[in-house]
Amino acid sequence: MRDVFVDTTHQLLTEDPRTALVLADISADSFQEAARRHPDRVINVGIREQLLVGVGGGLALTGLRPIVHTYAPFLVERAYEQIKLDLDHQDVTAVLVSVGASYDRPEAGRTHLSPADVALIDTLHGWTVHVPGHPDEVAPLLRAAVAADDPVYLRLSTMANRRPYGGNGDLRVVRDAGPGTPLLVAVGPLLDEALAAVEGLPVTVAYTHRPRPFDTAGLRALATTEVILVEPYLAGTSSRVVADALTDRPHQVLALGVGRKDLRRYGTAADHNRWHGLDAAGIRRAVDAFLS
Amino acid sequence: MQASRMTVTIASTPARSGRQPTGPHLPAPVTPLLDRIAATREDDFTSNVYSTIDVLWVLYDRILRISPERTDDPERDRFLLSKGHAVAGYYAILAAKGFVPPDWLDDLHSPTNRLGGHPDRTLVPGVEIGSGSLGHGLGLGVGTALGLRAQGLLGPRVYVLLGDAELDEGSNHEAVAYAGATGLGGLTAIVVDNSSATHGWPGGIADRFTVNGWTAATVDGRDHDALYAALTGHDQHRPHVVVAVVEPKE
Repeated sequence: MRDVFVDTTHQLLTEDPRTALVLADISADSFQEAARRHPDRVINVGIREQLLVGVGGGLALTGLRPIVHTYAPFLVERAYEQIKLDLDHQDVTAVLVSVGASYDRPEAGRTHLSPADVALIDTLHGWTVHVPGHPDEVAPLLRAAVAADDPVYLRLSTMANRRPYGGNGDLRVVRDAGPGTPLLVAVGPLLDEALAAVEGLPVTVAYTHRPRPFDTAGLRALATTEVILVEPYLAGTSSRVVADALTDRPHQVLALGVGRKDLRRYGTAADHNRWHGLDAAGIRRAVDAFLS
Repeated sequence: MQASRMTVTIASTPARSGRQPTGPHLPAPVTPLLDRIAATREDDFTSNVYSTIDVLWVLYDRILRISPERTDDPERDRFLLSKGHAVAGYYAILAAKGFVPPDWLDDLHSPTNRLGGHPDRTLVPGVEIGSGSLGHGLGLGVGTALGLRAQGLLGPRVYVLLGDAELDEGSNHEAVAYAGATGLGGLTAIVVDNSSATHGWPGGIADRFTVNGWTAATVDGRDHDALYAALTGHDQHRPHVVVAVVEPKE
């Protein structure tokens, strides 16, 4: 996904003089050619994440469309107040693009994990959050985000489904178990695990790469009583949205995602999927318990 | 060398004991406007208000290429108030220069007034940033200067007003180091030094900037001519800081 991001951003910088890229050393090597071609619009501030977002806000104040990029915990967690004040409160916008996701580099430990990023962005107003599930989904999402004027968080990961699903972000049914069946909503790269988890179960599965704004109309059309969320970031991040959407109906929600506890374990991303119950077996156990 | 006569000086800040700030003498057009605010909001008149009033007046009266008729002009100078608290003086000057109606000064913070305890750029004409939390203005100023340059707007300058205690915020150090390293010539910082930083800045504030490649001038923050000279007499090839020394905060 990062490669697609780099290539697409390079093209956007060439195509649209309104586009600017702000970096804090992360991925800077990949943008050397872009920086040479567009020295005034490819800005690497060094390892300074508060300045990274502040500069994005300043560029936006002059009318440019900044793409602000670094590793997820540094972009969203370290610079949260800059996102809140230097973008939102100034009434200007940027396209924030992270890599690293919840635990793409677990060997680096807690400092490089960012399961809370989407929840933090969700404390703000009006943001679109994209969590693509395949590298082929990235370019159209980035292009649309840069062409628009609203605030966007694009969360890239090394985890991916076997194939792209695309779409505009509305819930897309990928497995229809028939009327009245529980609805499972899988976000981004966890779709394959979710599909494998409910194999043989009467569960309808829908996919989205756009948890914000959540497709509440689609949810109301598809949901009956039981709703299962499978999200690749902090568990329960979208529970509030589902509760609000279904407030006039009796419903039950099972919210699966990354746990809050610092596991203090390294390993691989697959290990962390398993430890957080987000592999197929873990999702299956939770769904069986929920529906029994 | 007298502090008040310095224009572009690299790392030769005079000792604090050598400076004799002359104390507040409010610009005449601003006095009645401040009186209007004081009539209803005595609590807004901390020493912070008076610490910045002379700098603000010199900027708005003699330096900034802005006017109420061109608040959206891409070619305008940008003034970013980073220390967004105690803004009564800022509001009075905006009224004196016609950016806001003087009668807005009569009921600050009221439910229907656009002028609050911290300025909001979406509510107040002529205000470039919403500020309040310290340590945001200089980063925004760096981005603004970069954005102007990227669009070929080489005329406008970006001025950011900070306080000496605000420099305690680490975010400012990110901006100071980056702007100096990249020679961001379109940027001027003004630090009003009323000795309010908890642990102080031994050796003076200007050194923190000059060691990072800025030009600096340290002047009496009540001396309008000295402020004007310091704000204009630099080479514009590097970022520039003016340290405006006023009487210590009580």
